[in-house]
Amino acid sequence: MSNKSVFFNPFSKNNPVIVQILGICSVLAVTVKLEPAIVMSLSVIAVLAFSNVIISLIRNTIPTNIRIIVQLVVVAGLVVIVSQLLEAYAYDVSKQLSVFIGLIITNCILMGRLEAFAMANKPWPSFLDGVGNGIGYAIILVIVGFFRELLGSGTLLGYQVVPDCFYEAGYVNNGLMILPPMALVTVACIIWVHRSFNRDLQEK
Amino acid sequence: MDNLNLFIRSIFIDNMIFAYFLGMCSFIAVSKNVKTAFGLGIAVTFMLTITLPINYLLETYVLRSGALAWLSPEFADVDLSFLSLIVFIAVIASMTQLVEMVVEKYAPALYSSLGIFLPLIAVNCAILGGSLFMQQRDFGSVWTAVCAGGGWGVGWLLAITAVAAVRERIAQYSNIPGPLRGVGITFIITALMGIAFMSFLGIKI
Repeated sequence: MSNKSVFFNPFSKNNPVIVQILGICSVLAVTVKLEPAIVMSLSVIAVLAFSNVIISLIRNTIPTNIRIIVQLVVVAGLVVIVSQLLEAYAYDVSKQLSVFIGLIITNCILMGRLEAFAMANKPWPSFLDGVGNGIGYAIILVIVGFFRELLGSGTLLGYQVVPDCFYEAGYVNNGLMILPPMALVTVACIIWVHRSFNRDLQEK
Repeated sequence: MDNLNLFIRSIFIDNMIFAYFLGMCSFIAVSKNVKTAFGLGIAVTFMLTITLPINYLLETYVLRSGALAWLSPEFADVDLSFLSLIVFIAVIASMTQLVEMVVEKYAPALYSSLGIFLPLIAVNCAILGGSLFMQQRDFGSVWTAVCAGGGWGVGWLLAITAVAAVRERIAQYSNIPGPLRGVGITFIITALMGIAFMSFLGIKI
């Protein structure tokens, strides 16, 4: 595979969330508002890219039996750095994200990419793969966060976008969108649209 | 009484799948038939019930700020909480290795049907999530931690078994639009069940 397809495939054809079905937990939990969704995406991109590079650098020295533990330690180290940085510079958002920053460690995208790509490829393609998959993840997160915040609270990034005259005419925010189950339905709708355009991804 | 209450709460109200959506990856991948789903559910329950108390003890006596004071008063201002993520995940990973060996020895059929998902329990968010919630919530004693862990595990087991049963039927009898088949419809089933589980909110024993 060329570096270009390594980087661009995860955007749509091989999207980590809606095609590989990895890392669903955080997509559902942090997308009530757009802002935490964006912060979460950036953290995942950073951790994914650097852990891919590190694992790829030491891939020939890791004994196969304990590779999962080695991968976990590398990822955990990076996540600790990210969570400390967030606590220092974006305390409010890190409070909103609560346990989900810690849960980046067990985000299946990380383990999936480390196992499937970084263990068998050179550092530079691994870096591209990490950034590409991170962006693929971010795309879904931002779409879900956008619709949930718009329909659920009528705001975007905290600013009101639904005009007051709508509310006066009887428009009401859809409280259901704030509840966690609606995140699942939103992702299901994204899958529906995506697979209607990519027929080869449909299951029999 | 409080512990029993917490146990029931953890199963129904704080359900790992329907309320927090933790452990979704293996949940989606393994819920194709009831038998495998049940096996994985048992494994997850077991892992949660043992790792939560272990992590609770580590948190209380080693990691929390001032937790080392029992060693000697000089350590009263040591705060190791930034290490908690690494410690928790190390405990979970090593316990997984242990469970894997036990299952391989005593239940080879279950071992082969779980396949890759057994080692991946280590990265099941539900288990690390349990420990992180424990850290946030200040449980009173080890027993509280055991009850919460057991409850979350049973809740996860209940959820994956129920959804697997629905999926088995759907695969046989329903004509679902092509793009939604498989993963898509599973998301919607889970969402509907999640809404149903909200009716448990506010129940007290």
